[in-house]
Amino acid sequence: MLKLPVYLDNNATTQVDPRVFEAMTPYFLEAYGNAASKSHPFGWKAEEAVDYAREQIAQLIGGNEKEIIFTSGATESNNLAIKGVFEMYASKGNHIITLSTEHKAVLDTCKHLEKLGADVTYLSVGGDGLVTKEAIEAAIKPNTILVTVMYGNNELGVLQPIREIGALCKSKGVLFHTDATQAVGKIPVDVMADHIDLMSFTAHKMYGPKGVGALYVRRKNPRVKVTAQMDGGGHERGMRSGTLNVPGIVGFGKACEIARLEMAEEGARLQKMRDRLEAALLQLEESYLNGNKTHRLPHTSNISFKYVEGEGLMMGIKDIAVSSGSACTSASLEPSYVLKSLGLDDELAHSSLRFGLGRFTTDEEIDYTIECVSGAVNKLRDMSPLWEMFKEGIDLKTIEWSEH
Amino acid sequence: MAYSDKVVDHYTNPRNIGTLDKSKNTVGTGLVGAPECGDVMRLQIEVNQETGIIEDAKFKTFGCGSAIASSSLATEWLKGKSIDEALKIDNMEIVEELALPPVKIHCSVLAEDAIRSAINDYRAKNGLEPIESEKTHF
Repeated sequence: MLKLPVYLDNNATTQVDPRVFEAMTPYFLEAYGNAASKSHPFGWKAEEAVDYAREQIAQLIGGNEKEIIFTSGATESNNLAIKGVFEMYASKGNHIITLSTEHKAVLDTCKHLEKLGADVTYLSVGGDGLVTKEAIEAAIKPNTILVTVMYGNNELGVLQPIREIGALCKSKGVLFHTDATQAVGKIPVDVMADHIDLMSFTAHKMYGPKGVGALYVRRKNPRVKVTAQMDGGGHERGMRSGTLNVPGIVGFGKACEIARLEMAEEGARLQKMRDRLEAALLQLEESYLNGNKTHRLPHTSNISFKYVEGEGLMMGIKDIAVSSGSACTSASLEPSYVLKSLGLDDELAHSSLRFGLGRFTTDEEIDYTIECVSGAVNKLRDMSPLWEMFKEGIDLKTIEWSEH
Repeated sequence: MAYSDKVVDHYTNPRNIGTLDKSKNTVGTGLVGAPECGDVMRLQIEVNQETGIIEDAKFKTFGCGSAIASSSLATEWLKGKSIDEALKIDNMEIVEELALPPVKIHCSVLAEDAIRSAINDYRAKNGLEPIESEKTHF
């Protein structure tokens, strides 16, 4: 039985897997000790659970458990990585390279550092959302201390050439950070093979709880250090003070373990459903896929339906939870900066929907989504003056619009 | 954001969608907004030249639910009104009727602009001066 509404916003957050939830419960009610309490069994039990989770997490990303620094989530991890490197390596330089399509947690952190004297290069991406290794290489200067490039883009799902960028940074002696929030747990990510020095990721994008994330900080070749951004008890090897969120960390560990064991099968299943959804929606006239079709996450699809406004469209599919690049959905009234970075016309940026499938998505839900979205697009086009003009062969660019 | 019942009603059952023959002297067309702003409204009126009464009104809108509802409501209100009465329609009446939240007030402004623009198009076709708006929107 189809249960409404259908949740296709798994790039925003995911449902907690019941197995994760079950693993967490004892740490609220029974083993509720502080992992930093060394003098009694409550503390020992908590510490043991945290250590175990650290191993589960490290195993998923090919790192060592000592390289996992727990945080409150990927936003904090990004802040700690970028600000922490900027402070720690100030004597080496002040130049940071990033992309214009990064998450705000990276972009706004970089903007903040510019005020403190950082020199930041914001590289643009190609029409498919990807940056090239060559573009990064050309931007590296003698005072470059950090390259930060996201693994998989949250809006488009496109995967940057991380391994090539990692190898380049290693050869140049520049630290490499990646915001891998959307990628970890969805596709194989290996910090060794990818030459990643610092990596942000979070539990709630992979069926774990909200409020817990991690920063991977390499310990060997090279040994990387970041300056703490919060002062306190010196937890997490002095890099992040604050009492550990034990139940959250236990859930994060369990989520990583499930992801590691089930990723291959799950990825294939999601990709099959995503491709079916996408193929059906791209059959609609004047609908376009945004971002590179090949190099991307298996569960994400971003499609623009030209001449239909995104928020109006979302209202027509009210029983499907998705997100839109439309201006109207955000307080800023600006369409998605990520879509605009691809060089998309405003009307295409306003007309986009992002579909994020997940572990609990069913074929039946995909059938419903295809039917519902197609119906709403057709209905709204019947009432769109732009669609009528397009059908009459009028070039919208020749019209003098009265902006307001 | 939750929509009011009236916005949902107009969105689900829009009144007077369609196109009038813009080559006719009795038809006035207003096209306002811009694709890059995320809303474009086209509002048309057909005026009985004997009585000066708006006998038909049609719209097509590219935009969010509130923009669609504002233009749908405007066509409903326009029918049966004289040009002078139509000019008195204030965007705040639309806001009130549809219970639009502050972030959607621009949709009502756009609808008012569309009414004015359609009336001026009709006046221009019939050799009359356009009516300047006395109102300035913030």
